[in-house]
Order: sequence, then structure tokens, then C-alpha cells
Amino acid sequence: MSHTAIQDRPAPVPPSRKGGLSSRSLPRWAPIGFAIVSIALGVGIGIGAGWESRIQWGLISGLIFVTISYVATSIVENKRQAKDRLATSVVWVCFILAIVPLFSLIWVTVSRGIKVLDTYFLTHSMAGVPGIEPGGGVYHAIIGTLEQVGIATVISVPIGLLTAIYLVEYGKGALAKAVTFFVDVMTGIPSIVAGLFILSIMLIADIQPSGLMGSLALAILMTPVVVRSTEEMLKLVPNELREASLALGVPKYRTITKVVIPTALGGITTGVMLAIARIAGETAPIILLVFGSQLINSNPFEGAQSSLPFYIWDQYKIGSEASYDRAWAAALVLIAFVMILNLVARGIARWKAPKTGR
Amino acid sequence: MAKRIDVSGLSAFYGSHKAIEDISMTVEPRSVTAFIGPSGCGKSTFLRTLNRMHEVTPGGRVEGKVLLDDENLYGSAVDPVAVRRTVGMVFQRPNPFPTMSIFDNVAAGLRLNGSYKKNRLAEVVEKSLKGSNLWNEVKDRLNKPGSSLSGGQQQRLCIARAIAVEPDVLLMDEPCSALDPISTLAIEDLIGELKERFTIVIVTHNMQQAARVSDRTAFFNLSAVGQPGKLIEIDETERIFANPSVQATEDYISGRFG
Repeated sequence: MSHTAIQDRPAPVPPSRKGGLSSRSLPRWAPIGFAIVSIALGVGIGIGAGWESRIQWGLISGLIFVTISYVATSIVENKRQAKDRLATSVVWVCFILAIVPLFSLIWVTVSRGIKVLDTYFLTHSMAGVPGIEPGGGVYHAIIGTLEQVGIATVISVPIGLLTAIYLVEYGKGALAKAVTFFVDVMTGIPSIVAGLFILSIMLIADIQPSGLMGSLALAILMTPVVVRSTEEMLKLVPNELREASLALGVPKYRTITKVVIPTALGGITTGVMLAIARIAGETAPIILLVFGSQLINSNPFEGAQSSLPFYIWDQYKIGSEASYDRAWAAALVLIAFVMILNLVARGIARWKAPKTGR
Repeated sequence: MAKRIDVSGLSAFYGSHKAIEDISMTVEPRSVTAFIGPSGCGKSTFLRTLNRMHEVTPGGRVEGKVLLDDENLYGSAVDPVAVRRTVGMVFQRPNPFPTMSIFDNVAAGLRLNGSYKKNRLAEVVEKSLKGSNLWNEVKDRLNKPGSSLSGGQQQRLCIARAIAVEPDVLLMDEPCSALDPISTLAIEDLIGELKERFTIVIVTHNMQQAARVSDRTAFFNLSAVGQPGKLIEIDETERIFANPSVQATEDYISGRFG
């Protein structure tokens, strides 16, 4: 089999100019030129055929771009360069395909959310405001989100951190494997299942909905994310540093707290922040366990609360012009909250990162 | 201060693999003992058994006795942390703590052990940095990160860090293999000074270095790959290099090995 395959292979085509190291090549602006031409063609075909959908125009342009790049390069340069260009073009087209929805999402949220977003909106609750009319604000939801996410963080960061330390520094054998397995399984738990789990406990123990119950469900979702990211960060700490510390006669627990964790702190912080960002957008457990409210309730341990995702869902459900505006504005607040957290995390990571430079 | 090491019948394992077999030797106090031998013959493993760092490696296990002035390091009541405070170690690659300044790196051993007087810390750091011939180069930038130094300076920083906790024995695992000749010379000079105060054991692949710095030399070898490494002989350095009693040693030193 393999013998015949080798024999059947055609002899390699000799390069056009034998021995020469330089060959014809496209100018550097060629990709941009191809892009402009293909977008013009795509728009032209779209208008000519009377297609309404801009998505169709874009896809046609992308297809033309990839084809032009490949054909032009294989004519002017050679087959290998053409393949290279083909791969590059596909990567670029995919990149743009991925980025377009993201930007359009941010664009729509900002443009529609900015309408009612002002200090009044940020500092007032929905108390006494009929849902279908304009007015009211998101203050009670911001309070709810901050408290619920805060409590969930306070619960899950120590548990997650210590679990990760156990797995990396101490764990071996069956127990560590089991923990790793269940952490992986927990990472995939849908938020509604976490919510139902806490709900079942509430029903058994006859507990009323409160911010704390929501926090518990959020903590279930957050802990495995913290464990995973912290574990990866701790594994990145070079073993040499642990050995250097142990060889100085430093006990293991102090080696971990004073050498290993400080070295990994930047990455751990980023991981925690990303985990917070993930749970800040959870709606299902809040609907089930915190119940939602139109009033300011700053006590997370008693009574119903609101939260930003819940508020968005609630306002959308009302279905009036004014409530849609409020939903978009709340979405903008939520995105801004997550973005600020990310920026803070990056700042801390840069500040705490092991220092280099003279 | 400097202590004598008496090893008898020592074998070390990684899991079920026997890395070194039945090693017995004496390391004299206030002297430099060099370990030479081909890669994989267990020099570093043996060195790490002398301050119980071998068991830090997963699956690491040791049989036999190591007496430090008549106290068995592997006795059941012995705390490995206490052993490592008495027997310090310098590694092959310089490994200063990246989150700490130069000052904090040297102070790390004392601080992390929690056994120090605050007002004496600066004094100890200065003494240790002077001891490792680094003081003049870094005295104006003690709060800069340790990783900002050159490789040779980092290695001397690690030596300062090791001697700051006042060990009795200093183990060095190829301390110059990542350094240029000038930094190597600086460290070799330093070893010559340190042997006044410490018992020094150094692993090296550099025969000239062993001849230059050591008083006694031990030659390790293994009969085949996968077989445990063994101590072939240990003697005065001059004798090992001029007139070794075992043929294998002469072959290795003169480059006729294998």
C-alpha cells in the first residue's frame, strides 16, 4: 500500500527560476487591496440582487476575499505562498466574524442603554413606579448584586483557594483524583440546578427567600471556577522556588503562604475576578431563591432582594417602551460592572506580578 | 559551627528505582569536598539526601544513616525542617524569590522561620552579602527586585540567602554551571573564604574546578544506565587527580571514559 502510494506521487514541480532565492511577490498593500475590492464586490452583488440582509453581503465579501487572495497569490507568487495566504485570509475572516457580534452587542447596549442612564436612575429604586411608565431606577438591583456577589465571593474564595492549595501542594492518590473529578463536574453544573439544590434545602428547612440563599447558589457555581484557575496558577510557580525556600529550613506551610502564593497572586486575583464576572450575570438562582423585589432591601439575610440580571428580565417582561429602556440601561450597568472588575483584576495582576527589570 | 558528616550504607530511591546504592563516606569539617562523576550517577541525589531535600521529590525515599556530628539526620525524632536550617543548600540555577527585593531575599530565611530580632535583620543581611562578596555591588539598591541582578550576582545572592541562616554545612549543586568564567571565579574565591566557617560540599562537572577549590574529591560512577550510582572512591583531591587508586577514576579524569 504505502509503496505504491509513494511511487504514484507526481514528481515535484521544479521552481520556475532554478537556484534563485528571490521571486516575484505581491506588494505589501495587497491584502488591504483585496479586502477593499471584495467588500465593494460583495456590496455590489448584494445591491444588484436586491438582498436586504447585511449578513449576506458580509459573507459574500468574505468568500470573495478568500478566493481573490488565493487565486492572485498563486498566479503572481507560487502554490506554497498561496496556501499561506489562504490560511491567513481565513484567519482574518474568522476573526472579523467573531468580533462583529461582540461589537454590535456592545454598540446596541450602549446606544439603547444610555437613554435613561443618569444619576437619578442609579440612585433610585422602582418603589411606587408603575412598570409601564418611565421613571424609577436600578439602585435596589445594584445593592442586591453587590451584596449577593460579595457574599458568594467571601464563601467561595477561601474554599476554592484552600482546595487548590491542597490539590497542588499536598494532594496525591485517590482523594486528590476524586476532588479534581468532582471539581470538573461542578464546573459544568447549570445555574438552575444549583438554584434548585438550594431551593430544596429551603423547602425542607422552611427558609424564606433572601439574598443569602442566592449567594449560596452563586457560591456553588463560583467555587469550582476559583479552584481551577488557582490550581493552574499554583502549578505555574517553579518548583525551584519551593525547594529554595524548603532548603532554607522554612516549614512547608510558610513556604506556601510566603513564597508560592505571593508569586502566583496576580494570576489568582485575575481568576477570582473572572469567576465573579461569571456569577454576576446569573439570573436563574436569583429568580428562584431571592425572589426579586422593587424595593430597596439592603439586608441580604432577610427578605426578597433584586439583582441586575433579575431586574433586566423583570423589566423586559413588563413589555412597555419605558421598561425596555430601563432593561437596556441595567444591562449597560451590568456590563460596566463586569468590565470595571476586569480592569481592577488586570491592575492588581500587573501590580503584584513578579518584578523584572533593573 | 562547621560539622562533620558521616554517611554509612546510604541508598536513595525514586519510587521503586534505586538511584544510589550503599554509599559510605566522611566529609571533614571546615573543608571543601567535591563530588565528580558522569551525569545521572547520583551526585545530586546524594547531595540532596544530606539535608533531607531528597524526600521532597514525590516518591523520594532514603535508607541508611547520615550522621551530623553523631546525630542521625534520618532518626525518627528528627525534624527535616530543623535539618535544613543546619544544612543549607545552593542550587544549580540561581533562584531568587521573584516577589522579593534583594534585601528581602537575603532576609527570607530568617523572616520565614520567624526566629529573628527586627533590629538585627539589617546587620545580618549586610554581613551575609559581604560574606558572598555582593555587598559593594548591591548596597545602593537593596530594595530593587532580586531578579534585576545578573546571573552571577543572583547566584551570589542565593549564597548570601543560604549563609544568612548560619548553617553548619553548605551544599552546592553545580553552583557555577549556569555562569560565565568571571562569575565562576568570583564564586570559587567565595568558596575558599566560606570554608573557614562552613563545611562545604560541592557537586561539579568541571574537573578543573574540583581541582581548584576542593580539599577532598569523591568520584561517583554507575555501571550502566538504569543501574544505581555508586561511590567509587574518595580521597585527597591531589591524590585523586595525580594518582587515583581506581582505574575508572583515572579514565574519567583523563577523559578516556567509556
